[in-house]
Amino acid sequence: MARLNELTVAAARDGLAKGEFSATELTQASIEAMESARPLNAFITETPARALDMARASDARRAKGEAGALEGIPLAIKDLFCTEGVLTTAGSHILDGFVPPYESTVTANLWRAGAVMLGKTNMDEFAMGSANITSYYGNVENPWRGQGDNRALVPGGSSGGSAAAVAARIAPGATGTDTGGTIRQPASITGLVGKKPTYGRCSRWGVVAFASSLDQAGPLTRGVRDSAIMLGAMAGHDPKDSTSVDIPVPDYEAALTGDVRGLRIGIPKEYRMDGMPDEIEALWRDGIKWLEAAGATTVDISLPHTKYALPAYYIVAPAEASSNLARYDGVRYGLRVPGATLDEMYEATRGEGFGDEVKRRVMIGTYVLSAGYYDAYYNKARRVRTLILRDFTQAFEDVDAILTPTAPSAAFAIGERMDDPIAMYLNDIFTVPANLSGLPGISVPAALTGNGLPLGLQVIGRAFDEETMLRVAGVLEDAAGFDALPAFVAGR
Amino acid sequence: MSMIQGKTGEWEVVIGLEVHAQVIAESKLFSGAATAFGAEPNTQVSLVDAAMPGMLPVLNEKSIEQAVKTGLGLNAKINLNSVFERKNYFYPDLPQGYQISQYLEPIVGEGALTLDLPDGSVKEVGIERLHLEQDAGKSLHDQHPSQTYIDLNRSGVTLMEIVSKPDMRSAEEVGAYLEKLRSVLRYLGTCTGNMEEGSMRCDVNVSVRRPGEDLGTRTETKNVNSIRFAKLAVEHEAKRQVAAIEDGGEVVQETRLFDPNKGTTRAMRGKEEAHDYRYFPDPDLLPVVLDAGWVAELKRGLPELPDAKKTRFIADFGLSAYDAGVLVAERETAAYFESAVAGGGARDAKQAANWVTGALFGALNREGVEIGASPVDADKLGGLLDLIQDGTISGRIAKDVFDAMWESGKDAAAIVEEKGLKQISDSGAIEAMLDQVIADNPGQVEQFKSGNEKVLGWFVGQIMKASQGKANPAMVNQLLRKKLG
Repeated sequence: MARLNELTVAAARDGLAKGEFSATELTQASIEAMESARPLNAFITETPARALDMARASDARRAKGEAGALEGIPLAIKDLFCTEGVLTTAGSHILDGFVPPYESTVTANLWRAGAVMLGKTNMDEFAMGSANITSYYGNVENPWRGQGDNRALVPGGSSGGSAAAVAARIAPGATGTDTGGTIRQPASITGLVGKKPTYGRCSRWGVVAFASSLDQAGPLTRGVRDSAIMLGAMAGHDPKDSTSVDIPVPDYEAALTGDVRGLRIGIPKEYRMDGMPDEIEALWRDGIKWLEAAGATTVDISLPHTKYALPAYYIVAPAEASSNLARYDGVRYGLRVPGATLDEMYEATRGEGFGDEVKRRVMIGTYVLSAGYYDAYYNKARRVRTLILRDFTQAFEDVDAILTPTAPSAAFAIGERMDDPIAMYLNDIFTVPANLSGLPGISVPAALTGNGLPLGLQVIGRAFDEETMLRVAGVLEDAAGFDALPAFVAGR
Repeated sequence: MSMIQGKTGEWEVVIGLEVHAQVIAESKLFSGAATAFGAEPNTQVSLVDAAMPGMLPVLNEKSIEQAVKTGLGLNAKINLNSVFERKNYFYPDLPQGYQISQYLEPIVGEGALTLDLPDGSVKEVGIERLHLEQDAGKSLHDQHPSQTYIDLNRSGVTLMEIVSKPDMRSAEEVGAYLEKLRSVLRYLGTCTGNMEEGSMRCDVNVSVRRPGEDLGTRTETKNVNSIRFAKLAVEHEAKRQVAAIEDGGEVVQETRLFDPNKGTTRAMRGKEEAHDYRYFPDPDLLPVVLDAGWVAELKRGLPELPDAKKTRFIADFGLSAYDAGVLVAERETAAYFESAVAGGGARDAKQAANWVTGALFGALNREGVEIGASPVDADKLGGLLDLIQDGTISGRIAKDVFDAMWESGKDAAAIVEEKGLKQISDSGAIEAMLDQVIADNPGQVEQFKSGNEKVLGWFVGQIMKASQGKANPAMVNQLLRKKLG
């Protein structure tokens, strides 16, 4: 049998159900993996004692025949989710010492389903970044290495700690949040399945806000089935989040029929970018062939406003962030750097508490909302957003899902691109449209580059039709047969 | 139209008001925290009100209902689609770093309020809009020598901002506007209108101009918390602006603060007002979409409002506009009056109005009692009116009976019985008293006979004295003339 910490969610669930091992044993294996993987810096806070308590409680529930959908499964939680009694930092100095007296709805749902918390994962500060290099708690390393290249690589971001934890086989699954692609992009470059559900599918209550109209929680796992299982536990209407949608949560696992015959898959020509690496272009063609071989029909479609998505995103997201982050003022919680006057206290606290990338986005956001610039930037970006949604709505009149690459490149070295924020923002180019339009998107590991780094393909689905999206993703997963392991696997 | 006399001629004052009225609701606009006045600091604060990370606002539907009711009461347009936006600025008592308010798309549009002016005339003042917003917390500067404490109990409490058009022309109209608005809000049950508790506050916009000219530059005086202060602020600000212009200066568009101790206004520091609020739609909230049928149902359920009630009181009870206006100003007073008139037989409405606005108001004011807690309730006052009407007691005795009722809480009839205050309308008894007085005072009889009519009053006084006020005055007069012939 595989080592316990290397099991998928589904395999661990089945092993637990059969009594092959206990939740305590499974959790112990993950705790040991977490300790051995510390050089990756994937966790900000490890909670081994709590994990073992939760695992023992899970074993007790199972003994009474009360097993939930994730009973006994250890999970890593992105440090953007507030966890009652456990330090929650959002990767920022400004939340120093902040221990929430409340539990986010999504994590509460996971614990109700029986899951066990291993710890809180590292992330780009306030989820702003695509490489996990903006955290106050340091960079996260990708467990993957390029062939013949020993440089440490980025795990993607902002859910980089979660991605590294799952890729390195510390945990079978982790939560992430995706505002512009920051579940799907790290999944792509760490060889994982990463899914952003439809906006409104998972409650945002208790998730530290970055850009409220774009933020959505989702799972990072090593397989599509695991992704389906986790989403089933995370999702659901929450009256505490006015933007959460009150519709039933389907059985996502049951949607994985492997049958895509008759489905029409859109291939958007606008995603064929100048200068895109041939490997990604080739992978996309493979994806088309795999789906056609499985009986789907692929259709060339046009999403004409795609090229405006990234600029619109980098107006809307900072605008909302500039307002969402105003509450970190040193008055009530977290860091306070004293000053002689109120304004000096604000300036010192926010000046020291926020890193450069957060400051950059707060300033951009403040600028685009300012009198005199509002219409030219913020309002125009909102209109672009409407057009992007219309592109998708029209496309989905003819197709059932859309296939694109997930990211324009594989993992790059820590230190690369760091002096060029615009180049860094380009990482989100294929993922941002789904956030702007609220649609679900999933990245599936599909191939390795020539030097052995993972690449993903993205499936975008109709709003609240995660089932079809998952079904297509499952077929891609099977066809790709991705089974490569990263250079670093915990415990090996 | 009232004018201000300056050194160089007459000036017209132009005033618009922004009233912040706290909505009567169990919980805050976007959280479930309580809203009671006077609670210990920071005891009515939810995680949302304290802007903890990851907390989200959820709209309290009661607040929407109250705003729509108020809009209907102001004959205003109800916007079936409205949007909450964020007004961004930093202040320690604003935990989110933004106030959730309505900006481009408020829930209520244009309406009107009819003012009842002291000279009996009426004037219509336009309502520009009404929108919902969160209140901020309170900074406590007196708890520590060098630091400021924050009380978040008010943070997130629902306010309606009711903006008038610049239709008022004097401090008197400002007073009438605030009184009328408060009356309407209380009738609707949407705001207590209690300015001492801060549940109604106003910002006063004032400008001056030569009659017939375009609007002048206005100033905004913030957070005025009584009707008297609002009038003082207008008067001071108008005089200050006229003096500034006449002295060759100009009025600067600025935010000012009212100083209740001096009755004057002063400019806020420039920095306090140099805000770019960067409004944008709050992405945590969906647009508010109202059902037209629901609005129509609320409209049907509205109580009779002061203007309609006043018209009815004049028509049905034959009251003067002034009396009707006084009686309808408070819903409870109007209800008391109607109930006092309605009971028993055919009570005289005018007499009832006089008793309510006279003896009753006098006693309430003297004792500082609300009409709802009056020891003389409407039924009891009605009982007193009946005794006057059927001649059991005289009007003069009735005053004493009222005072005794106030003291004891007993019925008028019981007091009259107990104290033997029944009017003497027995002609035999009155004649006997008259005969005695005439016999005892030949001098006065002589004076009358020689043409001094005034002596008649003296005789009446003697009889009333002899009867301890109980003799029926009309009968005394009639019999006296007969006897003195």
